[in-house]
Amino acid sequence: MSIILDKVNYVYSAGTAYEIQALKNINLQMKDGEFIGIIGHTGSGKSTLIQHLNGLIRATSGGIYYNGEDIYAEDYNMKGLRSKVGLVFQYPEHQLFETTIFDDVCFGPLNQGLSKNEAGIRAFEALNSVGLPEDLYYQSPFDLSGGQKRRVAIAGVLAMKPEMIILDEPTAGLDPKGRDEILNQIAKMHKERGITVILVSHSMEDVAKYVDRIIVMNQGEVMFDGIPKDVFRHYRELEAVGLAAPQVTYLMHELKDRGFPVAADATTVEEAKKEILEMIGRVSGR
Amino acid sequence: MGIIKARKLVHEYIRRDEEGNVESIQTALDKVDLDVKAGEFIAILGHNGSGKSTLAKHINAILEPSEGSLWVDGYDVSDDANVWEVRQRAGMVFQNPDNQIIASVVEEDVGFGPENVGVPTDEIWRRVEESLKAVGMLKYRHHSPNKLSGGQKQRVAIAGVMAMQPKCIVLDEPTAMLDPNGRKEVLKAVHELNRKKGVTIILITHYMEEVVEADRVYVMDNGRVVMQGLPRELFSQVDELKKYRLDVPQVTLLAHELRNSGLKGIPAGILTREELTEAISRLCQSY
Repeated sequence: MSIILDKVNYVYSAGTAYEIQALKNINLQMKDGEFIGIIGHTGSGKSTLIQHLNGLIRATSGGIYYNGEDIYAEDYNMKGLRSKVGLVFQYPEHQLFETTIFDDVCFGPLNQGLSKNEAGIRAFEALNSVGLPEDLYYQSPFDLSGGQKRRVAIAGVLAMKPEMIILDEPTAGLDPKGRDEILNQIAKMHKERGITVILVSHSMEDVAKYVDRIIVMNQGEVMFDGIPKDVFRHYRELEAVGLAAPQVTYLMHELKDRGFPVAADATTVEEAKKEILEMIGRVSGR
Repeated sequence: MGIIKARKLVHEYIRRDEEGNVESIQTALDKVDLDVKAGEFIAILGHNGSGKSTLAKHINAILEPSEGSLWVDGYDVSDDANVWEVRQRAGMVFQNPDNQIIASVVEEDVGFGPENVGVPTDEIWRRVEESLKAVGMLKYRHHSPNKLSGGQKQRVAIAGVMAMQPKCIVLDEPTAMLDPNGRKEVLKAVHELNRKKGVTIILITHYMEEVVEADRVYVMDNGRVVMQGLPRELFSQVDELKKYRLDVPQVTLLAHELRNSGLKGIPAGILTREELTEAISRLCQSY
């Protein structure tokens, strides 16, 4: 279940005065079971990129290979690809429409051609895995809180049993606890089901805490691609393109600049805590 | 009397069935007391569904109190005759900039409000210029809003509110949809309006870092104000905040964890990187 993007270009409104190249020569490989974060400022090409991954947008030039198969080949089953690669859009709760939560989650699997029973089992599993209390299953989705609605929407995609799930800012507008709950659920699914996860986010702290690999988009190009520590080491370049590093990374750099013997590459509270405690241990032991 | 004052403000969302019988009542605001002085920068925190937005909508007379009262600059919002007075004094900025911009040119969008209430043309242009300048968007006055970034659009929306010359602006999660840079731009513009023009600010947000510089912070839960105080007082109660589904800024959390690991020399309620760097270096010197 790997995706390879080979020299992918995408141009919006080609041939008009509004022509704009949203993706420039993208070469990427995403392997089975990875947890990837994509960051970039508004308009950097993140959303265009993820819509290529399940075939919603067709590249102007270049190729995309899913498990070694060319998704632009004439006989390729594009509908099949869309159920293998689930896409959760921004504010997915705006797409809830059924009268009960359960029916809403059944919609995807029914659409895939599953029987009512099978779809029901899928819906149960999916709602269970996003941690929604069972007594809510037969209520209207519109009576839920923001965080709960969003979980129902994510369950709707999970019920289709995708091999890869792409989430476009799944925590925008949620309170801190709701944010942690959703991200913890996603991390758990990634761990337990081995599902490949791509997380698009504006929160550097969240990305640093959860993902194994970060892809930074800028002006339609991949600017950095690596583990969080390596990417956030370039915090000055990231700032120049409207991004930032997590707060603790800045703190560690400040400590280092003031001459303290610390490594400055911590990206999470845990890492920073460990580094500072060790440093203080060394200093006080002297 | 402060610019915004609420006394035992109650709001109930009442659901009725087809015959008009009451099906359910949800109390979104439960006897809220609030006293905001002119020129203050207030932040309101609270989890989804805690009543923040309901409160915000009362300040702009979009909703009417079920019980209790709220006054904006002395005008009682429950009196229908005061609606326009209230709205002219309290402007509102929402989460999604795309839902708030209507014109095809930035300066026309900003001028829409004053034009609507019959402000003379010369005065409109003066206000447009002043408002765009105040949010740092003057050089984009002839641009089309749909080519702007999220942070820029949101600043145009704020300029549109400013052109109505309100005494107070309520911002309901204005940065939720923005990238880090956009968030910074919007926060900076809001703080400048507060400092330079003396506009009272009520900022509703889920980003803890954004309230560090507020004069006062209120925490809402279940329609009630459950905590209030200076940012430092509030953020020194990490566990209490977590109880209300909230969080603290990352550096505050790190300082808290370091304290819990035995570094008692680090004070509670650290708010900024500079403070923590200072505290750590003092601690190291003491050895």
